[in-house]
Amino acid sequence: MKTFAMGGVHPEENKISTTAVIEEFPLPETAVILMNQHLGAPATPCVAKGDTVKVGQLIGKAEAFMCANVHSPFSGTVQKIDTCKDAFGLAKPAIYIKVEGDEWEESIDRSPDIKRECDLEPKQIVDKLKEMGVVGLGGATFPTHIKYSIAPDKKAEYLIINAVECEPYLTSDHRVMMEHAEEICIGVSILRKALGVPNAYIGIENNKPEPIAVMKAMAAKFQGIIVEPLKVKYPQGAEKQLINAITGRRVPSGKLPIDVGCVVSNVGTAYAVYEAIQKNKPLMENILTVTGKKLDKQHNYHVRFGTTYNDIIAHSMGSLPETTGKVISGGPMMGKAVSNLDAPTTKGASSVLVIDESEATRAEESNCIRCGKCMHACPMGLEPYLFSSLVKNGRIEEAGAHNILDCIECGCCFFSCPANKPLLDEIRLGKNLYRGILMAKKK
Amino acid sequence: MTGIWSAVLVLSITGAIFALVLYFVAQKFKVVEDPLIDEIAEVLPGANCGGCGKAGCRAMAEAFVKQGNMEGLKCPAGGDEVAKKVAALLGCTPEESEPQVAVVRCNGSCSNAKAKSNYDGLQDCAFANSLYSGESGCMFGCLGLGNCTRACQFDALTMDKETGLPIVDEEKCVACGACVKACPRGIIELRNKGMKNRRVYVACRNKEKGADARKSCTAACIGCGKCAKTCPFGAITVENNVAYIDYKVCKLCRKCVAECPTGAIHAVNFPPKPAPAPPPAAATAEPTATTPATETNNNQ
Amino acid sequence: MKLLNVSGSPHVHSDESTKRIMWRVNLALVPSLIVAIAFFGINALLIAVVSVASCVLFQWLIEKCIMKTKSAVCDGSAIVTGLLLAFNVPATREMIWLVAIGALVAIGIGKMSFGGLGKNPFNPALVGRVFMLISFPVQMTTWPKPGDNLFSMSVDATTGATPLGMFKEGGVSATGDVMQYFIGHMGGSMGEVSALAILIGALYLMWRKIISWHIPVSFIGTAFVFAGILWLCDKGGNMDPLSTILTGGIMLGACFMATDMVTSPMTKTGQLIFGIGCGLLTIIIRKWGQYPEGVSFAILLMNSVTPLLNRWCKPKRFAN
Repeated sequence: MKTFAMGGVHPEENKISTTAVIEEFPLPETAVILMNQHLGAPATPCVAKGDTVKVGQLIGKAEAFMCANVHSPFSGTVQKIDTCKDAFGLAKPAIYIKVEGDEWEESIDRSPDIKRECDLEPKQIVDKLKEMGVVGLGGATFPTHIKYSIAPDKKAEYLIINAVECEPYLTSDHRVMMEHAEEICIGVSILRKALGVPNAYIGIENNKPEPIAVMKAMAAKFQGIIVEPLKVKYPQGAEKQLINAITGRRVPSGKLPIDVGCVVSNVGTAYAVYEAIQKNKPLMENILTVTGKKLDKQHNYHVRFGTTYNDIIAHSMGSLPETTGKVISGGPMMGKAVSNLDAPTTKGASSVLVIDESEATRAEESNCIRCGKCMHACPMGLEPYLFSSLVKNGRIEEAGAHNILDCIECGCCFFSCPANKPLLDEIRLGKNLYRGILMAKKK
Repeated sequence: MTGIWSAVLVLSITGAIFALVLYFVAQKFKVVEDPLIDEIAEVLPGANCGGCGKAGCRAMAEAFVKQGNMEGLKCPAGGDEVAKKVAALLGCTPEESEPQVAVVRCNGSCSNAKAKSNYDGLQDCAFANSLYSGESGCMFGCLGLGNCTRACQFDALTMDKETGLPIVDEEKCVACGACVKACPRGIIELRNKGMKNRRVYVACRNKEKGADARKSCTAACIGCGKCAKTCPFGAITVENNVAYIDYKVCKLCRKCVAECPTGAIHAVNFPPKPAPAPPPAAATAEPTATTPATETNNNQ
Repeated sequence: MKLLNVSGSPHVHSDESTKRIMWRVNLALVPSLIVAIAFFGINALLIAVVSVASCVLFQWLIEKCIMKTKSAVCDGSAIVTGLLLAFNVPATREMIWLVAIGALVAIGIGKMSFGGLGKNPFNPALVGRVFMLISFPVQMTTWPKPGDNLFSMSVDATTGATPLGMFKEGGVSATGDVMQYFIGHMGGSMGEVSALAILIGALYLMWRKIISWHIPVSFIGTAFVFAGILWLCDKGGNMDPLSTILTGGIMLGACFMATDMVTSPMTKTGQLIFGIGCGLLTIIIRKWGQYPEGVSFAILLMNSVTPLLNRWCKPKRFAN
């Protein structure tokens, strides 16, 4: 069974919400749509206070290169255009909408029929993805149209669809494969056409036998889609590790997947691509896992972004359990801890994970015993223990010389450290400082 | 006996040979250095704090000698005293400068800016700043993890456990500016020490609108502009919802202090005003909230 | 409601901890301890108890009174040092109190003076042992004969010599029974005699992934090969390779002392070089050195090379 070259850990899987069928999440009364829900510059609001908007209407226009359109997921009146604090307490430009009814743009095809044929040219596909504001749903929210606009000197050879879902707890990819296998395969075919590559590989970890079976059966009906079961090992879903597992190639330091002829998209993105291209439906909702060991009921929801975390908590569990220690947006290994539950969800959100206080508090740090576990767990072959001491002593350039920027922040080092050292925190700090040094040098 | 003599002889000869080699190597690779550099380095404080912008005191001495005068070069840690000594060595007149001190422009203490989350990561302000807004939810306030105290070479900054804010020891602070660079949120500013060490400043950097700022901290500047209207000298400007007092213009009249509705303006080292008898219960129960000006006497 | 915690990812942790590693090492040392008590009786038990107790006490005192930090005695590392130190002394009556001095040196100089667990460059138990070997050469080389009755609790034991000592003194090939050596029925330090018990502990540690095979295999392998070459050159003047690795401290050293995480290299390549170095130095000291046994010195010497090995042997980078 294929897997990546080195390192990796196997955290407790805790996939307790795999059987929860995807439900429609009810509309909230008011919603806040952040203007930067993607990697890059924020979109520019193109509606004014008092305007009425429909579901799917463009409200934030991408003007910078690294930017994506934002569409209204709700119909109603624009209350104000202001800033709003996101889940981490940082103010971002936002549009406040009072939700009234559920009136959709006419161009959106809301019928349940599956539309299989796509006669768009590759260029048209990319343009339409840009128009529909599609971004990668694997967590990084990289604008998809930029990823699929291949520079003339580069050539794509592989399309890899990331359905690994190596993070514990998360099941949104699992559910979307179970329920929308055909749409995903159509989406993959469209992306394959956009790139002009012969084959697309869908990588799925072996702990998901049902989705593998479903996807294999469906892929057999399509040309050039290969389902690739992978050995269970975190962080298989990291872009570089997945490319390595499937093609054996390694993305060199500071390079992008396209430099080794690969383009990687999440399975959720493939579904969003299907909806955007075939149904004219802009990206305005995602599948969110609401899970936690102490919750009575686990859920997977279609949530339109702009719904607040508090709305989701109120609807799915009433209130947070008494012993909640942390609420995480994303998986427990790479997700971010939410400090502001009043914040709206964004395109990148994939879960609301409720961690109990017994697990949420970090144990006390002790001396490094030089066991080397961090080094052996590192999927990039780096030395986290060394970065820790270099960063602490301000030897940032030395850390840079030891390839600190290669770190993919998967967290395997901290996860496996017996001394509970906050290795990844220190590495992140070191990366930021080193980037600052490089910037200063450029000037 | 011959053993001893041969040992003495062999060692002496090898010693002599190496001494000769060392002598010629030292001559060959001799670095000619202005002796003035050593003399100036001697009078500099030697803390290598980097406050002058050079790599250390020796580098600063080299810069002095290279330039030949003191224009644009200033040792903040040494102050006027060192400047005079250096000037004497260089044979020029020292530049007079107003002595300065570090000022912490945040009053988001544990009681003013109540924690809304519990930070459990690396104890480093720069990292916490990259992660989120901070425990109180204020994007501009002190994170309380002490990067400034660790940056201080002069032991002049300590974290107050009660307020969670750094305290500047005015006696020890030499205004080298290391803490200013260390603070990821630009809270610490170097301000003129002022007459009799008295200073008036806005202890807040929050650029949010008044209501939002008040949500995270009761002592936040809400940008109402009352202070700017009151100031007879035009020392106060309000920009981005936050007031700033120009210490070069301020005449320490303290009219703004009384005017500020949130107590964001601090006046330090003034003799306590004869208070018009505030209700005694409130005064004893919550002295920090009622008399911010006198309370900060100790905090500064 | 309680405030929500915020920290950088990851938000979960494996159940690995320093404490658990140390207690597992302690567990791995138990078979050797049982064998020592079986062969050397009550003395062995008393030495172990005194050694462990004094290591723990000294660490606690140093942390409380000198370093003024929170005590980390509970992590069990002082017990590991105590047990290993006890394993490295002969089970004689004098040792019951002498071992406490060794414990003071091991903990005080070997470990705490550098800042405690994780910061010591040398294996603390070996620092203690070498100190005792140099300070009390007579007591440290007076070896009790293993009793013929197992678990005989008589206090007085007859003294004999170790196979290595006999060989060094006599220069004649020790004609020991290899099977006896393997089980450990011979003179020697109390924990080093039984290769069988040591192997049980080492296999347990490998199963728990606390040590890897690299250091023990390269250490013992190198010693075997090097001794084999010497033996083939001159059968009369050298010990046969199998007896070489089964007698003396090679097994104990290779499995428990050289594999100490803190003082051994981290990469596999570094560990192999470390093990080979230990093996070579051991045989060199045994063959040409003053002492009949060289494992402690070999490991300490290689300990000093560990930082260099860590610098030199980098893991393979994924992205290059």
